[in-house]
Amino acid sequence: MLNSLFIINTSGDVILEKHWKSVIHRSICDYFFDAQKKAACPEDVPPIIATPHHYLISVYHSQIFLVAVSTEETPPLMVIEFLHRVVATLTSYFDECSDSAIKENCVMVFELLDEMLDNGYPLVTELNILQDLIKPPNFLRNIANQVTGRTNISEVLPSGQLSNIPWRRHGVKYTNNEAYFDVIEEIDAIIDKQGATVCSEIQGYIDCCSRLTGMPDLTMTLVNPRLLDDVSFHPCVRFKRWENERVLSFVPPDGNFRLLSYHIATQNIVAIPVYVRHSILLKGGIGSRLELTVGPKQSMGKVLEDVVVEMTMPKAVQNCNLTPSHGKYSFDPASKLLQWNVGKIELGKPPTLKGTVTVSGTAVVEPPPISVRFKINQLAASGLKVNRLDMYGENYKPFKGVKYITKAGRFQIRT
Amino acid sequence: MTDSKYFTTTKKGEIFELKTELNSDKKEKKREAVKKVIASMTVGKDVSALFPDVINCMQTDNVELKKLVYLYLMNYAKSQPDMAIMAVNTFVKDCEDPNPLIRALAVRTMGCIRVEKITEYLCEPLRKCMKDEDPYVRKTAAVCVAKLYDMNPQLVEEQGFVELLNDLLSDANPMVVANAVAALSEINESKPLIEVNSQMVNKLLTALNECTEWGQVFILDALSGYTPKDEREAQNICERISPRLAHANAAVVLSTVKVLMKLIEMLPADSDFIASLTKKLAPPMVTLLSAEPEIQYVALRNINLIVQKRPDILKQEMKVFFVKYNDPIYVKMEKLDVMIRLAQQSNIAQVLSELKEYATEVDVDFVRKSVRAIGRCAIKVEQSAERCVATLLELIQTKVNYVVQEAVVVIKDIFRKYPNRYESIISTLCENLDTLDEPEARASMIWIIGEYAERIDNADELLESFVDGFHDENTQVQLQLLTSVVKLFLKRPTDTQQLVQRVLSLATQDSDNPDLRDRGYIYWRLLSADPAAAKEVVLAEKPLISEETDLLEPSLLDQLVCHIGSLASVYHKPPSSFVDNTKAPLRQLQPNAAALATNGSSTGMDMDSAPGLIGVPSVGGAAGGAVPSQDTLIADLLQLDMNPMGGVAAPAAPAAAHVAAPGGGLDDLLGLGGGPSYGAAPAADPMAAWGMAPAAAAPAPSGGGLNDLFGLGGPGSPSLGGMLGGGGQQGYQTPKALWLDAATHKGLQVEGAMVRKNGAIYMEMAITNKAMQPLSDFAIQFNKNSFGLVPAQPLHIAAPVFPNQTTQVSLQLATNGPVQKMEPLANVQIAMKNNVDVFYFATIVPMLVYFAEDGLMEKRDFLELWKEIPEANEQQFTIANVRNLSADDICAKLQANNVFTVARRSVDGQELLYHSIKYTNKIVVLSELKISAASQSLTLSLKSRHQTALVSLEEVYQKIFDN
Repeated sequence: MLNSLFIINTSGDVILEKHWKSVIHRSICDYFFDAQKKAACPEDVPPIIATPHHYLISVYHSQIFLVAVSTEETPPLMVIEFLHRVVATLTSYFDECSDSAIKENCVMVFELLDEMLDNGYPLVTELNILQDLIKPPNFLRNIANQVTGRTNISEVLPSGQLSNIPWRRHGVKYTNNEAYFDVIEEIDAIIDKQGATVCSEIQGYIDCCSRLTGMPDLTMTLVNPRLLDDVSFHPCVRFKRWENERVLSFVPPDGNFRLLSYHIATQNIVAIPVYVRHSILLKGGIGSRLELTVGPKQSMGKVLEDVVVEMTMPKAVQNCNLTPSHGKYSFDPASKLLQWNVGKIELGKPPTLKGTVTVSGTAVVEPPPISVRFKINQLAASGLKVNRLDMYGENYKPFKGVKYITKAGRFQIRT
Repeated sequence: MTDSKYFTTTKKGEIFELKTELNSDKKEKKREAVKKVIASMTVGKDVSALFPDVINCMQTDNVELKKLVYLYLMNYAKSQPDMAIMAVNTFVKDCEDPNPLIRALAVRTMGCIRVEKITEYLCEPLRKCMKDEDPYVRKTAAVCVAKLYDMNPQLVEEQGFVELLNDLLSDANPMVVANAVAALSEINESKPLIEVNSQMVNKLLTALNECTEWGQVFILDALSGYTPKDEREAQNICERISPRLAHANAAVVLSTVKVLMKLIEMLPADSDFIASLTKKLAPPMVTLLSAEPEIQYVALRNINLIVQKRPDILKQEMKVFFVKYNDPIYVKMEKLDVMIRLAQQSNIAQVLSELKEYATEVDVDFVRKSVRAIGRCAIKVEQSAERCVATLLELIQTKVNYVVQEAVVVIKDIFRKYPNRYESIISTLCENLDTLDEPEARASMIWIIGEYAERIDNADELLESFVDGFHDENTQVQLQLLTSVVKLFLKRPTDTQQLVQRVLSLATQDSDNPDLRDRGYIYWRLLSADPAAAKEVVLAEKPLISEETDLLEPSLLDQLVCHIGSLASVYHKPPSSFVDNTKAPLRQLQPNAAALATNGSSTGMDMDSAPGLIGVPSVGGAAGGAVPSQDTLIADLLQLDMNPMGGVAAPAAPAAAHVAAPGGGLDDLLGLGGGPSYGAAPAADPMAAWGMAPAAAAPAPSGGGLNDLFGLGGPGSPSLGGMLGGGGQQGYQTPKALWLDAATHKGLQVEGAMVRKNGAIYMEMAITNKAMQPLSDFAIQFNKNSFGLVPAQPLHIAAPVFPNQTTQVSLQLATNGPVQKMEPLANVQIAMKNNVDVFYFATIVPMLVYFAEDGLMEKRDFLELWKEIPEANEQQFTIANVRNLSADDICAKLQANNVFTVARRSVDGQELLYHSIKYTNKIVVLSELKISAASQSLTLSLKSRHQTALVSLEEVYQKIFDN
């Protein structure tokens, strides 16, 4: 299991270290720094590094690495999942899991890590319970604590910890009972030069925000549950009922959580809602040009919003001189990122970005792939639809709402 | 109001400041001070000096303060064990606290304090907590047992905590069960105390549905160690765990896949149940690929295993492995590997167009791998070969240096796989000759030119251009150049004689590289002896290259499939290499091993197997009888190599070794070996000859060695090992023991024994290669041991050991190495290295190899010494005389093992024999044997100044007598 955890920033400082068994000297991180130096960018640092006596398992998140050290055979996925859970927990406590957030709250991070892991075994990772044990920082509470001398640490055992529904606390009370569901679908696609789809898939989630009093038992039925053949559930979902009746039955955790995620594979044809036409020539000297046109396609009458087109230009590209018909564009000569913020695409003439590019040298440079981001409200690309939501076990009438959003996941167009 | 304020320091000195604050009366100030201490601790500052002051804050009602102090304690208790004792009372008290949170906290922290003295105090509270009414406390206590076991395993066993843990498996609360499983599996890892049985499996399956995600991982991992009784049980387990495939936690999913993959093996292969189960397996694995990149990486490494074992599962899912340009490089590389594994006729078009796309990306390593992948597709799917070649040609046209080089390397493989099909492209390749600057690409190109010399008009010119810079080339290129020029000569003898002579002299006379010289001499001899035979050997039919070059060995694959989701499966290394027991010798040997690793020469493997030695076995029979005068040939060969070294015996020894290598190979090459005794271990003899060479002052054994070496001894000639032993009297020889097992050491199997012969200790080894690639670059090193045993010379195995071959090695050892007493006394830790890895093993050396030849004592000295050694140092044993040996037999037997008879006398029908033994480290042991006519047993009394020298000597005697 986990012996130690080091939190390291991209410049190679150890921000925090925590040991669950005996202390492992931080010089172990040198192996990690070596790997970090070898990698072209922080994302490329291999997640598992073997050293003579230890294994370093790391995850990368917003400029920091969480590096777990293990001395023996350990399921690496468990460690990685746990580290991601740490990131999620810290994010929910401090709004971000970053260098400065950790430095500013190092004692609380330390306390949290201690609650989350015992002897290297994950102990409490449910956010609901953690928040009961250690109250998240909050300006008002800080002031109150200052005055009353109380602390953020709970003095009693949280009740949910050991019940058969460990994800929910007891005695939740709201004046306004409400439950919102977001059906979010992300389209991952690779489109080739000619505009044909190489592969496409939908990664979907149903995220939920529940503010319900007591112990509500919810049942959600879908119009077309057959769509979901590859699905992973939050532990609260009763799998038996799903298998037999294709009904989602669950006692929800309090607050925000992901009810389920699903994957609609490549065999099913996914409607691609956007197209990008491109004509790019990158060449040293004069004659380099770039022209992009982006427009809706099979968007089922919905409007494309928040459209952003991005290209990371090759190193040889010095500058861009482009004119967008809609939106704004920017080019960062340091990171070579060309970003075109199109915004909403209205009906009519499709937006274009046209102009010249300055390229150093004389050789012809391969144009980089284009990535596109967009959002479509009130549409689930797969056609998934919630039929109804019923509540049992409590006798108030909650306010319910469902929202559908389709977004671009990793949507790439080859050039 | 952030914690960063805790880092601000005043000029006076932080520690001093904190000390005063910690001793402050104000609660608030105290708490802030402890927080500052913790903050310093989190960034690795040493605040252990504050230990007593922090401990003083422990007695408090404030839970936060208590927790903080506990955090501090866990970190520093080890450095202040005496002070830590002070905290024990508070712990014991807290374990009785009415608040379960405090009870759990106390027992948890106590387990984390890794101080020997505290463990005794821990037992009672822990026992109580394991039976606590609150499940939270019980579950914390379960983990605490694992912690305690880590510190003091004996205590845990004595106190019966393992049984208590076992009881917790039936706990009503699933969380408690999960933690008990986790603790038990951790304990079981170091020493199997509890076996998973079917009753326990039922309990675990019940708990599985209700416990937390992490608990599910523990339970599934425990289940994977269980082998069901029959099919029905296996099927039942499968059914009960398969819903876990839909879990949101990737670790749970992969652990479920592991158990299922293992159980599937037990079920009949064609049942419907299997079909439906394998159908269920694909979607969750695909889902893992849309998770975070780190998870994708682990998933891909495991998918790589799964598709090797069961290609059907993911055969429809090719597209999910397509690479996105912003995938991290480690994900890209793995995806590529899986893509090639899944490539087949139906999807090859898609795969190829993807690979072509990747070959134009920016990342050099990825591009290279993509080009290689195209070549592998061509070799794997015959129908696609043409398209692959066309794609490669297109890529060559891009003139991107590294793309061209990679393409040339893979085209060479395609040529070998499909001879006489795509040679039309050779001209295009030749155009790019100048751009090649990497050894592998150059060597490949040279191979192509040599192989198709008859079709390339200016082949001689091309090769000549390479020959001009012969000495600047890498060894790999030099070897290849040598072979190719010889091929060229055999194909076009008229106009290339000069060239071949030039290359041969470059290789044999001007090179320091033994491999190169060896090969040069072989060719030279071959060509001068019989060009016809040379043609048959050099231009022989090449063995086919396999479709999948990088498949894991089946045995390793099976092992790894049972460990899906573990580190072993990520590294594709046998799980045993991750277990703790290998760690002990590892730690001690580390510096040596590092040296060893750097010492080893890193001659690259021969990529062109056909004309070199690799192709040998297939040629053997065909060429048999073609060469007339092997005697002269051998004589010449010997002379050749001896000459530059001078005819003196001592320096000739290493030379002999060099001769041996090509000689052994050559014989076999020409099929002259003939005799069955020889054929059995062709590669072994050169080695053995070398082992003996330094001792070659006496010409007889050396001659014998050479005889044998060249197969002249005929079928009846004794093996070399026998020859060596034959010189002296035959002592007891320990049978060979298995030192390294192929299954767990990457296909390297070593059986061996330590023997004493001709006044020296030898390590006799049989090295078997069960891997799929040749093993070479062997080296060996000993750790410090009781008798200072070290190799007298480096381990030298001239020829690589090829798959499924065994090489016999006899390595002379000396006893002048560094000494360190080992436990057990005769234990020796050995590190063995080859081109694959470094392996460690330990062996018990039979004591009698340390008995020196000069162990015979004068009677008087013996008597004096016997008297001098106190009675306390005497040990008596009874030894069974099963074979009913007479006194004379016994003396003869002992004498053969360097146990020397000093005196004999008869008293009252009893025969008394006095013997002396001298170890190589000059310690003397005296023995007295009483043989009574009446009884079958002997009484042995042993005496030595050093008690330890007597350890297990009686077993040695027994062995000698029984032999």
